[in-house]
Amino acid sequence: MGLDIRWPIGLMFLVVGLLMVIAGFTVPPEQLQRSLGININLMWGVGLLVFGGLMTFFAWRGSQKNGQNPPGK
Amino acid sequence: MHDINLGVIDYAILLVYVAAVLGIGFALRRYMKSSRDFLITGRTIPTWVTGLAFISANLGALELVGMAASGAKYGIATSHFYWVGAIPAMVFLAVFMMPFYYGSKARSVPEYLKMRFDERVRALNSISFAVMTLLASGISMNALAKLLNQLLGWNYNVSLWICSVVVMVYVLKGGLTSAIYTEVLQFFMIVLGFAPVVYLGLKDVGGWGSMNQSLQQVAANPAALNLGTNANYNANAWTSAWEPLLAGPEKNPMGVDWFAMVFGLGFVLSFGYWCTNFLVVQRAMAAKNMTAARNTPLVAAVPKMLFPALVIVPGMIAVALMSNPQKGYRIPPPPLDQAVYVKAEAVVKSAATQPPDAAFQLVAQAVGKKMDPAKVAALIKDHAAQPLPMPAFKQRLDESITEYDYDGVIISLVKRYCPTGLLGLALTALLASFMSGMAGNVTAFNTVWTYDLYQAYIAKNKSDEHYLWMGRAVTVVGVLLSIGTAYFARLYNNAMDVIQLVFGFVNAPLFATFLLGMFWARATGTGAFLGLLGGTATSALFHALTIAKDNAPGLKGGYLHVAHVFPSEMAQNFWLAAFAFTACFILTLVISLLTQRTKTDEELKGLVYSLTPKIKDEDQPFYLRPAVIGVVLLAACVVLNIIFW
Repeated sequence: MGLDIRWPIGLMFLVVGLLMVIAGFTVPPEQLQRSLGININLMWGVGLLVFGGLMTFFAWRGSQKNGQNPPGK
Repeated sequence: MHDINLGVIDYAILLVYVAAVLGIGFALRRYMKSSRDFLITGRTIPTWVTGLAFISANLGALELVGMAASGAKYGIATSHFYWVGAIPAMVFLAVFMMPFYYGSKARSVPEYLKMRFDERVRALNSISFAVMTLLASGISMNALAKLLNQLLGWNYNVSLWICSVVVMVYVLKGGLTSAIYTEVLQFFMIVLGFAPVVYLGLKDVGGWGSMNQSLQQVAANPAALNLGTNANYNANAWTSAWEPLLAGPEKNPMGVDWFAMVFGLGFVLSFGYWCTNFLVVQRAMAAKNMTAARNTPLVAAVPKMLFPALVIVPGMIAVALMSNPQKGYRIPPPPLDQAVYVKAEAVVKSAATQPPDAAFQLVAQAVGKKMDPAKVAALIKDHAAQPLPMPAFKQRLDESITEYDYDGVIISLVKRYCPTGLLGLALTALLASFMSGMAGNVTAFNTVWTYDLYQAYIAKNKSDEHYLWMGRAVTVVGVLLSIGTAYFARLYNNAMDVIQLVFGFVNAPLFATFLLGMFWARATGTGAFLGLLGGTATSALFHALTIAKDNAPGLKGGYLHVAHVFPSEMAQNFWLAAFAFTACFILTLVISLLTQRTKTDEELKGLVYSLTPKIKDEDQPFYLRPAVIGVVLLAACVVLNIIFW
């Protein structure tokens, strides 16, 4: 099949990670009492960005090797 | 229960996820040219993808919600479903059974049965599988939509329909390939969405060691938390997997002994599920070659082995939290209908004039649940002094109920720990599990319907275009029927019990048929067919004659006569499976010996172990050979069992 699943996974987690990082800066501190005072959005957001980045990187490297294009066309 | 509000970011995360799964469906649309592309994929998918899809299809919402519930009820012993049940079964599937499924070129598990035995066995298996799959899908959808409704205040119908339509669209566009690819994405979503919740929960209860200490106090006096009246539990009833089990059924909250566990769950139920259920086997059959197909369950086994940390630990965290009053946490009570609240309010008002004992009886009767006398008395007193507004009254009444709705554990923890942002991620993970389970059911159903029922019995020799059209049409029908089942399960409270009962009847004997079919060339079609029927009849009879402690005869068993009482429903289920398997095994064996073989050795080549040339893995490096990986996985399982002994 011509779709490398690492593209959608990688790109989705990059966007979700970004949203979490934004939440890390915008969510009011009193909400963070729920997460025991930890800014879990920022921490986990960065984690997701790294995961998404790695997936995208491997997808890109795979496409260089096989001459496949990103999803879409 | 208070509703919780989602922020813009929460909705944004949800939308990004939905866009991603739909995008996968649309990207794959142009590859769907024949019914094979749509229903069984072009068999070109890489192993890591089929492997993750293999467990993701099984990781439906019921699995997540149910395993957390069992973690709370039974503690770490729930891991037997993984380390005794799933992993050995997956290794067996990979090493011994996959060569026949993949090598026979069958397009489905029922089709393999037709090649090995005859049309009758295929018809029996495909009909029961198609019905069960739809029912399972509906049950799971009902369970999740209900939880979202009760705990988050989301509209039941909207949750149900939106999720179903999303699944329908991406399956219609990209067929099984699309289901498999999205399952991989959903796998990562589920793991990465729940991991931080588990982390926060563990941190809150003071880490693993401190959680275990709390759980030991709970085991010493479970009645204090209304977790059962048995005061005989081992001190490590919630924290050790084997010791309480070996000490006997009265020493562990599951109420089972080691034999029922190892034979009933480990051997019969788990092997029956993982090795014969087309829902999961279909994923392995989509792999690109024989080695990849055999390695699929092995790739799946690695994360599966670690899942208890994600799905069982939350249940244990919930109980540990409850044992510490300062945390102000309880597992949610079973939800009541609005009508019950109204009735209870009137009763509470009028009960103020009654003597305390009689007043308590009246209220408990009106609510229909076990209640705490002191809290009910206080509620009656306060309500008489100054009538409480309905929301406050509801909350006080809920707090007085001493029963638990264990299925609410996961969502209650998500609500407790997740600020906006993480909340969106965790809820998306929950919806992802819902969708992966449903897509798994729908894609297995449409293949079995199109190839094993429609093509085999209704419309033979049509063009492939016709079958592709049928595959698509039945995808829509399957989704609609699942939605119908969901409403049915919602309408009748005991619909779920009935359905699960039927699962048990049909699934328990099935593994015996496959075992004899694959490893004994002498097994005949008549033997397999009658054995399977006999096994199912045995389950039904066993259920009619036994019952679990504290259950009234009826749906839960014992309606003909109570010949034996089990300490728990779980023990009853495990023993039922053991009996049904044995009956099917013996019947198939005896009837096969009494009947003529209809298939020659030549016809059974590739279908039966002794008549099939052994697969040589010598061209593979040793660390990629399924047998080697299988042994390593089993060893890892043994180590896990010893660590949590």
